[in-house]
Amino acid sequence: MSTQFTQVKHERAKIDGKGLILGRPAYTDDLAPKDALVVKLVRSTHAFAKIKKIDASKALELPGVECVLTHHDVPRVPITRAGQGHPEPSPKDKFLLDEYVRYPGDEVAVVAAVDEATARQAVELIKVEYEVLTPLLDMEAAETSDTVVHPEPEAYTMFPMGFEPKKNIAATYDMNIGDVDKVLSECDYTVERRYTTQAQAHAALEPHAAYCYYDLHSRVNIVSSTQNPFHTRRILGEVFEMPLRNIRVSKPRIGGGFGGKQQIHLELYAMLVTTKTGKSSKVVMSRKEVFESSFARHKMRLDIRLGSDKEGNLKAIDLQVLSDTGAYGEHALTVFTNCGSKSLPLYNKVEAVRFGGKIVYTNRTPAGAYRGYGAIQGNYALESAMSELAHKLGMDPAVLREKNMIAENETSDIFRIMGEGGEGVEMMIESCKLQYCLDRGRKMIDWNPKKLRSEVKDGKVRAKGMALAMQGSGIPLIDMGSATLELQDDGFFKLLIGATDIGTGSDTILAQIAAEELGVSSDDIVVYSSDTDRTPFDVGAYASSTTYVTGNAIIRAAQNMKKVLREAVAEKFGVDAEDIEFNGRELRIKDGSKSIGKMKDGTQSITLKEFSYDTLYHEGANMKTLAATGSFSGHVSPPPYMAGFCEIEVDLETGKVEVLDYVAVTDCGTPINPNLARIQVEGGLLQGIGMTLHEDVVLSSSGKMLSNNFMQYKIPSREDVGKLRVEFAESYDPTGPFGAKSVGEIGIDTPLAAISNALYNATGVRLTSLPLTPAKVLAAIESQK
Amino acid sequence: MTIELKINGRPRRLEIEPGDMLVDVLRNAGYVEVKKGCDTGSCGVCTVLMNEAPILSCSTLAVKADGQEIITVKGIEKEATEFADFLTAEGADQCGFCAPGFALTVHSLIKENPSPNEEEIRHYLAGNLCRCSGYEGQLRAITKFVEAKK
Ligand code: FES
Ligand code: FES
Repeated sequence: MSTQFTQVKHERAKIDGKGLILGRPAYTDDLAPKDALVVKLVRSTHAFAKIKKIDASKALELPGVECVLTHHDVPRVPITRAGQGHPEPSPKDKFLLDEYVRYPGDEVAVVAAVDEATARQAVELIKVEYEVLTPLLDMEAAETSDTVVHPEPEAYTMFPMGFEPKKNIAATYDMNIGDVDKVLSECDYTVERRYTTQAQAHAALEPHAAYCYYDLHSRVNIVSSTQNPFHTRRILGEVFEMPLRNIRVSKPRIGGGFGGKQQIHLELYAMLVTTKTGKSSKVVMSRKEVFESSFARHKMRLDIRLGSDKEGNLKAIDLQVLSDTGAYGEHALTVFTNCGSKSLPLYNKVEAVRFGGKIVYTNRTPAGAYRGYGAIQGNYALESAMSELAHKLGMDPAVLREKNMIAENETSDIFRIMGEGGEGVEMMIESCKLQYCLDRGRKMIDWNPKKLRSEVKDGKVRAKGMALAMQGSGIPLIDMGSATLELQDDGFFKLLIGATDIGTGSDTILAQIAAEELGVSSDDIVVYSSDTDRTPFDVGAYASSTTYVTGNAIIRAAQNMKKVLREAVAEKFGVDAEDIEFNGRELRIKDGSKSIGKMKDGTQSITLKEFSYDTLYHEGANMKTLAATGSFSGHVSPPPYMAGFCEIEVDLETGKVEVLDYVAVTDCGTPINPNLARIQVEGGLLQGIGMTLHEDVVLSSSGKMLSNNFMQYKIPSREDVGKLRVEFAESYDPTGPFGAKSVGEIGIDTPLAAISNALYNATGVRLTSLPLTPAKVLAAIESQK
Repeated sequence: MTIELKINGRPRRLEIEPGDMLVDVLRNAGYVEVKKGCDTGSCGVCTVLMNEAPILSCSTLAVKADGQEIITVKGIEKEATEFADFLTAEGADQCGFCAPGFALTVHSLIKENPSPNEEEIRHYLAGNLCRCSGYEGQLRAITKFVEAKK
């Protein structure tokens, strides 16, 4: 393993950073054609209803209204908008437009008009008659409810997943190793607890947007704020029953995704309007629509049991979960399995482990992919219960973890048993610096198990808490990324990647990886990404895959590129390619090889720059473009790890919890760009802190969303947070690009349990339902008095 | 109706409806550096300067800008470019959607208070939300930028 890097493990300014700060046109809505029809959606005002009649006559009379489209006008093809690979592990239960509406905000009709004001006015003029049905809002009641969210016969799944729509079950899952009940009954100490987590909104600051037009070849072009152009193209082809060759999907810059833009939304309706009218169209969500009609995190009820012997050796874990997928089943199964597969292996020495439960439909805003993706919920239950167990044992919670946590050269049967919806892969852990993370974290936060709580004046108490976490790096054997490198005149390279930079800086770090492998400066790599016409395939930005999967693909592309270069130079000079080496600047004859002296004019080398001109301008019949492609799909998904420690202050009078200091020591393998890795972790931490303390999607009793704006749904401001201190462990995963693992999701996982554990240390009460709002905290403190 | 105003130093006449919000009018007129993230004046990405003071253009009627001077991030390009160097050097930038509004607010912070402390920075910029970063890098960048400007 080489750690003498010149490009990776180095800071590099985000390549698009300055342009974005200066406000150059970059995002979908900045770039939409000026003459595009403005598309608006008529959305359901009811949680559950059957549409009896849609009267659009008044709207159609309005000058400037181009069309109003309803379920009568569109193909009826059941799809999933999940934006996953193929076959999709989510139920196909959504139609472009349907006679049923299943949550407030569901699509009823599509309006297109010449401008925003006309489109808005037209929406107002459309009269929809509903037969209002009784909504199912409580996931606990799903199986026994008289309401069936998906009564339509067409909904189906591409492989068995326990889909039982008549009982409102989107999927079920169960796994079991050993005899959990027996092992638990023999444990000296056990914890049994129910935890609940809420729906969280992604709240990326750029609202979802898409535009569509026919190009000169009369092909449909979609530009959208999507995290996965290739899946989007495939799904659009499916709905519109159109060959994929007729569709191009690309994304410009994206103003944050966090999983919220993995699902396809507006692309469907822009394409509908353009294919119906032949005209360009654009559609941009209002913030209210983003909240109500995009996706949220799965709400879960987690019943956990765990047990140990007297010494604190963990013996068994049982985690039974009920998950609420809302009105449609996007990511229902896979978020669920990740809840177990990306939390339970942390403690791999148990004798028995069981995980399972159901994912049910309700008439709520659909749940979908969101950073943390099940792991965050599983982690909350597991890491809270671990601290409860430590308390029962009278043991330092950090030491209890130390005793039981996974380490290098170990494995867990869970890796083999649990995959994304199906079976997993066997995996030996080749990099795991949890011990370092734990030690360093304790030091940074000044962890003293005897003094986790301290009084400060004015009815305020400070306390510390901690949690560990793991995540994955892509979906093994399913996620595939690829890259193409092409030599340009003047000796620089084009890097074409299907990977999707959603604001993370992946274009920047992927250029660093290409540069490192080629031995050139990353300034000599020009990146173009995620365009189905122009870049090679990539599944897109999700599942913490980009650094690991696409990064590895780039290494292969760069290795192939070096070979192609050596061969071309060898051919030019009539020497053996084996005798040529490339040092990033020049191609030269290896010292001592038989080809010495065979280059032109007795020289030993040619610069890349000179050679690039030769191959493109000076070689007559031998001129050629030099390009190479590499693809990668992982056999394993090496987990990044984190030890998170926090210090909080609780106001015993008001119940307000403040995070004063959060320490996150991270093992993400080699951080390709330490600055960008750090901000990924910091951003994750803050979203995790927001979820822990206040973020909550709140509905009225009839199912309407009350938290549909930034006043009701507060995301943390810079005044709401204390210090975030992120450090990286020296770590190197041999399967990763230059030792790297993923870093995009791991940051969000620990705050839920770490802060809950600190709150327990502060107050002596264990709150088991998130978020930890002042009202709940206060009530808990009061109930103790 | 028509409004006459100065945008980034250049006189403009714009056709508007009485209820139009400034953010929409500016974006439609091609000033897409002004972003729109909400409709409730809650996120700060639509920040522009009106007569040198930061305002939220999503909650300002366009008529109010009649006869006024509006500055977008393009109007402070030199300073924003300098600031961008600090921000990118700290790795404090992610999706960038909050960045133009943020850069303008930083500009007026420093104008009003050339040596703000950490608390003053956090307070002045509290209305400029960022969902990607943890604000830490932004704070470091501002602190260093302030130092460099002295
Ligand atoms: S768009 Fe103006 S504050 Fe959000
Ligand atoms: S960088 Fe994405 S919102 Fe600030």
